[in-house]
Amino acid sequence: MDFELLTNPFYQRALATAGFIGFANGFFSGFVVLRRNALSVSALSHTMLPGIALGIFLTGALSQWNAFFGAMFAALLVGLGSVAVARGNRVEQGTALAVLYTAAFAAGIALLPKLDTRQELEHWLFGDIIAVGNADIWIAFGIGALTLLITNLLMRPILLTLFEPNVAAAQGVPVRFIQYLIFALLVLALVSSLQAVGCVLSVGLLVTPAATVSLLTDRTSALFWGGGLIGCFGSMGAVLLSGKLGIAPGPAIVIVLGLLFIAAYLFSPKYGLFAPKGR
Amino acid sequence: MSGTHHDCCAHHGHHHELVIEHLSVCYRRVLALEDVSLATSCGNRVALIGPNGAGKSTLLKAIAGLVPRSSGTILWRGTAVRKWSREFAYLPQREEVDWSFPITVRGLVEMGRYPQTGWWRKFSEKDTEAVNHAIESLNLNDLQDRQIRELSGGQQQRAFLARALAQEAHVLLLDEPFTGLDRNASQLLGDLLEKLAREGRLVIASHHDLNTVPRLFDEALVLATRPLAFGPVAEILTPELIEKTFHEPVPAHI
Repeated sequence: MDFELLTNPFYQRALATAGFIGFANGFFSGFVVLRRNALSVSALSHTMLPGIALGIFLTGALSQWNAFFGAMFAALLVGLGSVAVARGNRVEQGTALAVLYTAAFAAGIALLPKLDTRQELEHWLFGDIIAVGNADIWIAFGIGALTLLITNLLMRPILLTLFEPNVAAAQGVPVRFIQYLIFALLVLALVSSLQAVGCVLSVGLLVTPAATVSLLTDRTSALFWGGGLIGCFGSMGAVLLSGKLGIAPGPAIVIVLGLLFIAAYLFSPKYGLFAPKGR
Repeated sequence: MSGTHHDCCAHHGHHHELVIEHLSVCYRRVLALEDVSLATSCGNRVALIGPNGAGKSTLLKAIAGLVPRSSGTILWRGTAVRKWSREFAYLPQREEVDWSFPITVRGLVEMGRYPQTGWWRKFSEKDTEAVNHAIESLNLNDLQDRQIRELSGGQQQRAFLARALAQEAHVLLLDEPFTGLDRNASQLLGDLLEKLAREGRLVIASHHDLNTVPRLFDEALVLATRPLAFGPVAEILTPELIEKTFHEPVPAHI
């Protein structure tokens, strides 16, 4: 272990951020896996790019905050828009989402040459966890804490909603509210991982951890807490590793999580490729 | 059926009646169920029979409070049931369940206690006991840590029944419970439903195999959007009525 890295304040901050974001996103990935909407997450993550471009276009400069709000605004607009269109019962939500997000992405690409901040935009595409400021850490921490608090308080109604929406509705669970809430938290989680891994790779953090756990256990609660732990330690380990190997930390995080998933896929005692069959 | 001893009812000798009067359900503008009335009481097993699209599932869901009714009343123990009640447990059709949901049998049965515990309260000793009791009485002890997809069809039905018991439901509403079960599992589930009814519960199930109705049920409601007949199985399953309902020849040995 390279101890010099650990005394570097940039690295300490990067590690702390990776830990928070990894845990919060990993925890939340449990819902993504349960709802089977990894593809929607991927669509939403692409929507953040035009959002950031729009933020720059409107304010004339690229900063933490207008990137943050631009991304959130665009993801919410496209996401909620797809839910609204799907309520018309003619177009399926996945279809609506694909239409809206590609349109938004195209608008972002059309807008990009008009802006003179292309250099820095790369930073948002792929993230740069070494460059985190204190504000980023607090945003990540705040979003993580909020997500954990809300999902833990509402775990039972959320589970009922995901498992049997019609029974949940009959029991008095505000199903529609819960669905919008999960969606809003999803967007927040995506935005919180912008700084670390950028909008393209953020999907990895929000899907892979719980997908890995789902290969290892059948317990619903383990999906969340296990996802959080894998996200947390996987991300921190990846940041350390990236310093040693000299690769960018954002991609390193997603690569490490991906490798953990592949390991679980191969060697899971129950669902792995090499697991004894015919139980 | 009268004179059955009810172990699970609070007052023995008292029949808990379910009375449905003039129940209609519309989906958008399509009439799914028209003017259904019936009266039955706990201890009975009621079959809902009729062709596809006759409204069997809709009736079950309407009783369970899962679909809104456009008119009619449902009385349970003399009180009007307006929305979902813990006394009613709905067991969905097999294909409507998300079997790959990462939940164990025990987790599923615990869900049955959520109405009692609310959103936040921790499981009390009584809750845990109810869950344990439900798991034991349905013989799921060895299976309680299994993911729900790893169960056989009959075991899956038992897991949902266990959840209904943990919920302390009196009326069990089952949507095509025997579909897809092999002979053995079918027999087992039949015995189980009989036992649950003898203990004082009211079992209502949609069913499509006319041959097994007499063995599995006490009463039958023949539906074709409107109710065609209701009463004890022996009186209801007349060749004429079956012909009229299904437009098909009657199985030889009824």
